[in-house]
Amino acid sequence: MADVMSMDDIRATAARLNVDLSSLDLDSIRLPAGEDFGVISDDEDLKKDESLEFEEGFGNIIVVDNLPVVPKEKFEKLEGVVRKIYSQIGVIKEDGLWMPVDPDTQKTLGYCFIEYNTPQEAELAKEKTNGYKLDRSHIFAVNMFDDIEKFMKVPEEWAPPETKPYTPGENLQKWLTDEKARDQFVIRAGSDTEVLWNDARQSKPELVYTRTYWTESFVQWSPMGTYLATVHRQGAQVWGGATTFSRLMRYAHPQVKLIDFSPGERFLVTYSSHEPSNPRDTHRVVINIFDVRTGKVMRDFKGSADEFAIGGTGGVSGVSWPVFRWSGGKDDKYFARIGKNVVSVYETETFALIDKKSIKVENVIDFSWSPTDPILALFVPELGGGNQPARVSLVQIPSKEELRQKNLFSVSDCKMYWQSNGDYLAVKVDRYTKTKKSTYTGFELFRIKERDIPIEVLELENKNDKIIAFAWEPKGHRFAVIHGDNPRPDVSFYSMRSGTNTGRVSKLTTLKGKQANALFWSPAGRFIILAGLKGLNGQLEFYNVDELETMAQGEHFMATDVEWDPTGRYVVTAVTSVHEMENGFNVWSFNGKLLYRILKDHFFQFLWRPRPPSFLSPEKEEEIAKNLKKYSKKYEAEDQDVSMLLSEQDREKRRMLKEEWERWIGEWKRLHEEEKLERQKLRDGEASDEEEEYEAKEVEIEELLDVSEEVISFD
Amino acid sequence: MRPILMKGHERPLTFLKYNRDGDLLFSCAKDHNPTVWFADNGERLGTYRGHNGAVWSCDISRDSSRLITGSADQTAKIWDVKSGTPLFTFNFDSPARSVDFAVGDQIAVITTDPFMGLTSAIHIKHIARDPDDRMAEIGESVLILKGPQGRINRAVWGPLNRTIISAGEDTLIRIWDSETGKLLKESDKEEGHKKPITSLSKSADGSHFLTGSLDKSAKLWDTRSLKLIKTYVTERPVNAVTMSPLLDHVVLGGGQDASAVTTTDHRAGKFEAKFYDKILTEEIGGVKGHFGPINALAFNPDGRSFASGGEDGYVRLHHFDPDYFNIKL
Repeated sequence: MADVMSMDDIRATAARLNVDLSSLDLDSIRLPAGEDFGVISDDEDLKKDESLEFEEGFGNIIVVDNLPVVPKEKFEKLEGVVRKIYSQIGVIKEDGLWMPVDPDTQKTLGYCFIEYNTPQEAELAKEKTNGYKLDRSHIFAVNMFDDIEKFMKVPEEWAPPETKPYTPGENLQKWLTDEKARDQFVIRAGSDTEVLWNDARQSKPELVYTRTYWTESFVQWSPMGTYLATVHRQGAQVWGGATTFSRLMRYAHPQVKLIDFSPGERFLVTYSSHEPSNPRDTHRVVINIFDVRTGKVMRDFKGSADEFAIGGTGGVSGVSWPVFRWSGGKDDKYFARIGKNVVSVYETETFALIDKKSIKVENVIDFSWSPTDPILALFVPELGGGNQPARVSLVQIPSKEELRQKNLFSVSDCKMYWQSNGDYLAVKVDRYTKTKKSTYTGFELFRIKERDIPIEVLELENKNDKIIAFAWEPKGHRFAVIHGDNPRPDVSFYSMRSGTNTGRVSKLTTLKGKQANALFWSPAGRFIILAGLKGLNGQLEFYNVDELETMAQGEHFMATDVEWDPTGRYVVTAVTSVHEMENGFNVWSFNGKLLYRILKDHFFQFLWRPRPPSFLSPEKEEEIAKNLKKYSKKYEAEDQDVSMLLSEQDREKRRMLKEEWERWIGEWKRLHEEEKLERQKLRDGEASDEEEEYEAKEVEIEELLDVSEEVISFD
Repeated sequence: MRPILMKGHERPLTFLKYNRDGDLLFSCAKDHNPTVWFADNGERLGTYRGHNGAVWSCDISRDSSRLITGSADQTAKIWDVKSGTPLFTFNFDSPARSVDFAVGDQIAVITTDPFMGLTSAIHIKHIARDPDDRMAEIGESVLILKGPQGRINRAVWGPLNRTIISAGEDTLIRIWDSETGKLLKESDKEEGHKKPITSLSKSADGSHFLTGSLDKSAKLWDTRSLKLIKTYVTERPVNAVTMSPLLDHVVLGGGQDASAVTTTDHRAGKFEAKFYDKILTEEIGGVKGHFGPINALAFNPDGRSFASGGEDGYVRLHHFDPDYFNIKL
């Protein structure tokens, strides 16, 4: 059967069958239900999605059940009560409240329909009043009108779900087995999104996969690099695969704005905020938590933006992302969010609050998880004008037991920094001076893994120095601080345990007058980049903290981003489209050698593909470190081969180019010679250009400027 | 060597040209006065006063006696180089953009911009040997070529004055028959420039030429066959190009549009004259200095110095250090 039938074909067929075409409305012809006449629809996917949306025009109607059954006399009173409850939430349409009455008994039936102006109001009403206690025996059950049909369809008998035959998926971690041990990264420039290998040996990237309009706003790797998430108007999608990128799962969430993976990449949190129908209201926020692999919504949270703003006071500043913070570790066991005077901790087994209630903490404004253990650090600011001190406390989950607490006085602000192994917690405390006119900064250092969690106070030598940046060495015991006044602050390094005294923090060194405002430790530790981003023109200093020496200095003008690759071998500096010009990125080696640079107009994003933690046991890792020479030999030989090959190819290429050029030159010379006479003719016989060599002659010109005679007397 | 800064123009430079002997440098700018300088020490010799609009380009006769200039005041003028007196004026109905003497200096090609409904055009004019010799009669064009869309930024003579090569805003390079006015060749859309061509510079022997374009590249073409030989890729729009007559080097100048120039840092704009190896198309180095995009570049015919003219109104004269001649790639 032809895919497309032309109108002529149709006419011919009609004539054959003696059908009068003019009496027929072709558009009215419908295929029998369930029959496709052998034409397979190519948008099977779409159909599936459609079943998720119930746009049937009754979206703004809710059904309120469990109303009292009242006789006719009380009808008006009940209606009044219901109307009062529901008109608080939104505007009920005129004649939008209908309470059916049993014609036999003249009593109400115990339910009513309410029609709002907008589906949003209806949704809100459902959320707010479902479970509303009118009195002890009348607890409202509120549902969307559209949902009723769905509920009716639920079969009475439970049928076991069909078990689909297991189809092995692709190896989603194939990229880790790259023979050249390269890393991947994704870039977004213009409308294109590209995934590339960083081939540092060849000094250029190698394309893995590219796609135009892959995402509508941004892309994001999952924390272990298995998936690449794209964000669209309809929701989010994740991509992955052995050799290329194919779609693995879709997560429907209209107008999704932000996404966040759990650290073990089991769950995906999506967020959207919607314009309120009434401009005085705050934005409505919808958050869904999906299971990444099955695509199922595990839990959704809806509410006004106020409820999700940190500390319940945000309002204007809006929601700070991520709303839900995941506890450390790869098990994705707990996640938490902060509310007004509470911290709500959920566990992922049931997606319910631990012990069914939130942790009550008066006035809590900030919290953070340890990156490895289920420990929460909470910060409560000073209250009552200093009568009640500010507090930082560590809380164990799920026991909710307070492990350690520290009271702090005259605090203006606090920031918490966890070391990546969860060994240490640094709390940067800004305190008021006595006059309360200015602030100064100190650090409270918690040693989490030691008995009783000792706390140490660290103050900078110059207490009035402003802290510009702070960063822990990943997996290490050191941290770096940029302090001082712009534009040339100092950079100091401290160690939590140095040689002799392991229990005390000690300063390693201070570098004076650096053009830096950001710190970027190598993920393997030891090396750090002191970067002067944006305003400081992109100065880069590659510093070795083991040797306490600068390895190299560089500049990437107007760099906005610095990203280490997950192995700490290479680092990328990028200028993204926040700057109009020079968009693109530079790839450096860890010791500050510029390897290559790529320029891209409208450069939006650069992200290294993260790697999961090493699968090697600590013993094996130690063994490798010990016998590094043996292992590195092999790679060095490979490197050499590649560079030999490259220089060989390069030489060959140059030779070819030179030869080709010589051919051109020869040809031109010949033609030039041929045309010599004609050129001469054009110049009226004057000898042609380069044939007559002119020579420079020195000409002396004497000019008589003035002549005057003077009599000079001899005395 | 330190460059010589020549401040004689009050407006952005538009064009630079050395005479054949390489002792004089002629500069055109958006102010109305083309200027002549000593190419050796940058001393100003004089100006040519008479135009009433920006001067877009100039050319010097082989014997350095005549200068032709094209101006936005809708005229092209012929000057006596020595005295600075205008000898003759060609009047057009739209601004004159590019001028070029043919071999023998008896004809010149002048392009005019699209203006007030007029399309752009390439005019071929006769130049009389003797200025008094009935100049008025030869003000008429010998031939007028029309066709290209938008401005024609440059038109020069091909070998033996048989062809005219034009390039401009419609990104195409065209070769015309200078006798019949027939379009002979057109550059391939695929391999050609993707954005307007801003400049065109012939090699010393005229066998090949270099074009610079806003698409951030310069291309080297064979004059006779219009075959693409090389492409030089850079990071900025190219406003000016030139080739060393001595070494296999090409120089590209540019920078973003004057309207997009930032006020932050001169490094941001990268207003450098970039040197490329002509054969390997690899970047060799750059010469910094201008506080704005480079609009004009010219190589001294002896290959030992070059001049750049910028949007900043300066002409910078660079004499190469001895080690320039020892660059090995």
